[in-house]
Amino acid sequence: MATQVVMEALSPTMEEGRLVEWKKQEGETVAVGDVLAEVETDKAVMELVARVGGVLLRQTVTAGQTVPVSSPIGVIGQPGEALPAAGGNGAGTAAAVPKPAAKLPPQAAPRPAVPAPAAASSVAAPTAASAAAAPVSAPPAPPPSGRLKASPLARKIAQERGLDLRAIQGSGPEGRIVLRDLETARPTRPAAGSAPAAAPALPAARPLPAAPGEGFTDTPLSQMRKTIARRLAQSIGPVPTFYLTSEVDMERVAEARQAMLAAGSEVKVSFNDIIIKAVATALRQHPACNAWWQDDHIRYWHEVHIGMAVAIEDGLITPVIRHADRKTLREIGAEARDLAGRARERRLTPEEYTGSTFSISNLGMLDIDEFTAVINPPESGILAVGRIVEKPVGHAGAIALRRRMRLTMSCDHRVIDGATGARFLQTLKAMLENPLALVW
Amino acid sequence: MANFDVIIVGGGPAGYVCAIRCAQLGLVAAVVERDKLGGVCVNIGCIPTKALLHSAYVANVIRHDAKELGLTTGELKTDYGVAMRRSRKVAEQNSKGVEFLMKKHKITVIRGAGKLLPGKRVQVGSDVHTAAKGVVLATGSRVKGLPQIGLELNGTTVISSDEALFLEQAPASLAIVGAGAVGSEFADIFNAFGTKITLIEVLPRILPVEDAEASDALAKSFRKRGIALHSGAKITRATVGKDNVTLELEVGGKAERVEAVKVLMAAGRALNTEDLGLAEAGVQLTDRGFVKVNLATLETTAPGVYCIGDVAGPPMLAHKGYREGEHVAELLAGHPPRPIDYTNVPSVTYCHPEVASVGLTEEQAKAKGLAIQVGRFPFSANGRARTSNETEGLVKIIRDTKYGEIVGAHIVGSHASEIIHELVVARTNEYTVEEVDLAIHAHPTLSEAIAEAALDSLGRVLHI
Repeated sequence: MATQVVMEALSPTMEEGRLVEWKKQEGETVAVGDVLAEVETDKAVMELVARVGGVLLRQTVTAGQTVPVSSPIGVIGQPGEALPAAGGNGAGTAAAVPKPAAKLPPQAAPRPAVPAPAAASSVAAPTAASAAAAPVSAPPAPPPSGRLKASPLARKIAQERGLDLRAIQGSGPEGRIVLRDLETARPTRPAAGSAPAAAPALPAARPLPAAPGEGFTDTPLSQMRKTIARRLAQSIGPVPTFYLTSEVDMERVAEARQAMLAAGSEVKVSFNDIIIKAVATALRQHPACNAWWQDDHIRYWHEVHIGMAVAIEDGLITPVIRHADRKTLREIGAEARDLAGRARERRLTPEEYTGSTFSISNLGMLDIDEFTAVINPPESGILAVGRIVEKPVGHAGAIALRRRMRLTMSCDHRVIDGATGARFLQTLKAMLENPLALVW
Repeated sequence: MANFDVIIVGGGPAGYVCAIRCAQLGLVAAVVERDKLGGVCVNIGCIPTKALLHSAYVANVIRHDAKELGLTTGELKTDYGVAMRRSRKVAEQNSKGVEFLMKKHKITVIRGAGKLLPGKRVQVGSDVHTAAKGVVLATGSRVKGLPQIGLELNGTTVISSDEALFLEQAPASLAIVGAGAVGSEFADIFNAFGTKITLIEVLPRILPVEDAEASDALAKSFRKRGIALHSGAKITRATVGKDNVTLELEVGGKAERVEAVKVLMAAGRALNTEDLGLAEAGVQLTDRGFVKVNLATLETTAPGVYCIGDVAGPPMLAHKGYREGEHVAELLAGHPPRPIDYTNVPSVTYCHPEVASVGLTEEQAKAKGLAIQVGRFPFSANGRARTSNETEGLVKIIRDTKYGEIVGAHIVGSHASEIIHELVVARTNEYTVEEVDLAIHAHPTLSEAIAEAALDSLGRVLHI
């Protein structure tokens, strides 16, 4: 049976290794303890030895390539033995090999563009892509050693409050979780009725530690977070953006809006107002998406301030609806209209268009089906809203014409991982498809 | 005129440790010192007083225990002058030790008084030195009298610890104004050398910042040794004569009169913020006279100028200064340090019995509305304490009812200063009383009293 050779953690802090040189070539016989390759760790060049004997059937990583710890780098088996299937996961693995991301739905690869890991001759897998995929499919918090470090007091309080320590970023020595890290963490056990979608609806409690400032929490960057930031920024650009699209059934929002309009009010509630309210409410549940990238730390905002892109003559501006999660639809509607009006007249004061924690751009009124919006740094997410259009869709066992809308969220991967953004979008979709969720 | 990465004004505990840490991190550091390296702590504070307290301790053991221990001595004679000279020797050795540390780390020591100039420059005499990374103020504090009630330091009858540490003989009688750590330690020292002591405190009890039970335990011990205590005492009138001082007090509505050959002022310290050019360089002070700092970075209101130790704010303790010194050095070297936990600075008074504490007092915990359980264990029930006839005092642990968090810990007893660190480590790492109990304590030790107090707070003390 063929056995995977994986990049081993050759130093306690090693997160990735660069394969300097293969010491055994394909087809060469290896015995347990033979040096297979030289690997450059974060500290030194070390030898990677064979854990099983046989023949080195394949080198799946070439010299010079850098791969994360635990990634497969080759296969050892018997001469003539068939190679394991793509990804090599079918093989009997001596060392623990991470399963492909697809098998872990909650942490599924965030962007469609990420190639599936290493099919057949995986030697050519682009470094950037494999590097990007790796941290994303790793569990979010536990340190490389796998041991969860938390103070006894933090453990007791976390247990009592139903906090998942694995989802909390520790600020003590070597990422040890201490009391202050729990202050803003949220329970993973949902309160009744607060989970509009199927499990896992509520996100794992997201790191919200460090000393709270005024209205936000600054979180030191973990090693993993630094690595994600560094690699992704190298791969794409200053803001390593990925996009998530979800189509939302707007029938019930439309019904609700009709009902509100019929009830009569000086403010006519628009779809946009409802979307702003829903985004703000969903962000409240997903503080991980309500954050600023601050280069050496991440600022998780405790308040939700929604920036609303408004097209103006020869440009655009993003006035801010502050505390949008705490405002009523009527308040949001009135404020949005006032801000948009004054934006077009260029009469906004600076504090009216700065300080947003998340933004929304809506081109639905211009008949755009879907698009991607550009993140407004230091924010880490923006939602691009397409038009609401009647479409034939499967509904209750039949094809029906229903009003549908496509939402595309641009995420800064340094702050928001694929699954994190997806869960936010899932909550948002659930809220719009059942607007009652907004008042829960 | 020279260029450095960091210039530290003041070579006391905060300053010299800052310099060492700077050097360790590859920065070129200079320390400006107008007197002796090591500052008050090494020369006229922590170290010489502990040397004298050791003399006092041995005197008391011989006086009270020798016979019972099977030791025959003649009549005990004390000589403060001899003890004082030994304390000077210890202090001088320590100061030389600091000098050695400066040499070892290739730290330039600039002799003279430093004055801050704008733009990270420091003037010493006619030389102006420039710091590339930052200037660190570590000028410390000094003794002070209370001229507003007629007790200005005169060096003869109204003295401070500065003079008390150099007396050739113990005075026949001594009134001590202020029963904090300094006042209580000198009460202990001179009492052992035969001085008639009156300890006067304006607040309701001696060691007013400590837990009330700790104060009471010490007060009991002091009274037993014949130290007169007046707490909650207001000095209404002070008459300073040529060879004596008369203090008129108001204690609980009653008038008292204290006469003594000398009065030792131990009520507060003055901050060394004068003649440093602070205002001109943009360094502001708080309304209490400390240098205003950003608590996270210890940077003053003048960019690039940092402040550590006593002048940076309370508590005015050497070990707090040490930590601040390391903190700023790491910041300046680009190694962001972990925040300083000011709630976890131990406080120790080295009189006998010693008083040591960390965290909140019971009163403070109640005032904060915390739900607490108090555990106590007296040293009279501790085997080791009994073997050495040191059964005074207790360990008191205040725990949070729900999670067992150690909210505060207080020890009165022999070697309290040493054994408190178990609880400092526990608090620093957020161990609860259960982890303290789980750790196996060697028998027989004084530290067992800590485990027992932890157990008592859980309602399952073993040895009472």
